[in-house]
Amino acid sequence: MFIAVLAISALALLFGLLLGYSAIHFRVEGDPIVEKINALLPQTQCGQCGHPGCRPYAEAIASDESEINLCPPGGEATMIALADLLGKDPVPLEGVAAEEKPFALAVIDEQECIGCTLCIQACPVDAILGAAKQMHTVIEGECTGCELCLPPCPVECIHMIPVGVDTGSWKWPIPTPDSLEGTGTAAAAGQAC
Amino acid sequence: MKEYALILISTVLVNNFVLVKFLGLCPFMGVSRKLETAVGMGLATTFVLTLSSICSYLINEYLLIPLELTYLRTIAFILVIAVVVQFTETVMHKTSPVLYQVLGIFLPLITTNCAVLGVALLNVQERHGFIESALYGLGAAGGFSLVLVLFAAVRERVNVSDVPEPFQGSAIALITAGLMSMAFMGFAGLVAS
Repeated sequence: MFIAVLAISALALLFGLLLGYSAIHFRVEGDPIVEKINALLPQTQCGQCGHPGCRPYAEAIASDESEINLCPPGGEATMIALADLLGKDPVPLEGVAAEEKPFALAVIDEQECIGCTLCIQACPVDAILGAAKQMHTVIEGECTGCELCLPPCPVECIHMIPVGVDTGSWKWPIPTPDSLEGTGTAAAAGQAC
Repeated sequence: MKEYALILISTVLVNNFVLVKFLGLCPFMGVSRKLETAVGMGLATTFVLTLSSICSYLINEYLLIPLELTYLRTIAFILVIAVVVQFTETVMHKTSPVLYQVLGIFLPLITTNCAVLGVALLNVQERHGFIESALYGLGAAGGFSLVLVLFAAVRERVNVSDVPEPFQGSAIALITAGLMSMAFMGFAGLVAS
């Protein structure tokens, strides 16, 4: 009896240690290509590509189920970076992504806001501040301009206000393969994003 | 040598585990919808069955019999099989991603395949030696894979044929399995045992 308990326990312990060791020693990091694609995507989690977030879109691209041109926030720069990473030909942006819009931030018209919190629930980056029956407002620095808060608003008090370029926000244009000739162009474009 | 060949032929054809001994019916019905998955399952089962019959022979011979714990055989074998399957999956995931993609999802399924435990217990019952045990496992798995692939091919054909409505789905699959089982009865007497 005692020997039986001891033997089975020892066996189980031995196997447990073996499995524990193998779990640590043979650990596999997730698909590295998904990580790389995910790193290139803008992480707005806006869902405009038709996937529930950036990582699912990255997985869909990695398994060749999605085109690389579906990301409106990333725009052409992201598409080119993806094409470069995956060794595919750049595809022109389609659908929502194709319309070249100036970068705009959501602004809530505080006179009209009824405090329904619907836009708070829609915001993927928690950039809207407010509570039920209280006026809401958009945190400027957090807004990614994904426009997901527009449809749920019952009183249409959210407007996209384009952000003008001033001396504080001006950046060098992101180099494209056309603007750079020779020296490792596509790679440079990839890193610039 | 002749003895070993007899073991192989007898387990693959005459005493087929699925169609004659009726073990491992769950994956036989469950994974035989498509030919590709049937081949994957067959390969994974072959691997696990051979390995687990060797391991359970070793455990039985060098642990259970010396300690007079043969009444704990079933639980010890279940432990061994579960560990072998899990360990194989972890190692395979790390060392051979290609093989893991082919077999990966099927490996955990095999843990609960009664044919695996059946082979281990029958090995003990029939007092097989080391090589005989390994061959018995290999033969059993070979027979399992053979009928699984055959059955999957039959089912793919049945799917596109005109089956009367009450027989559609599982019903016709079970009838097909019964007919196949009767066909395999024709091998009885091929090997005197």
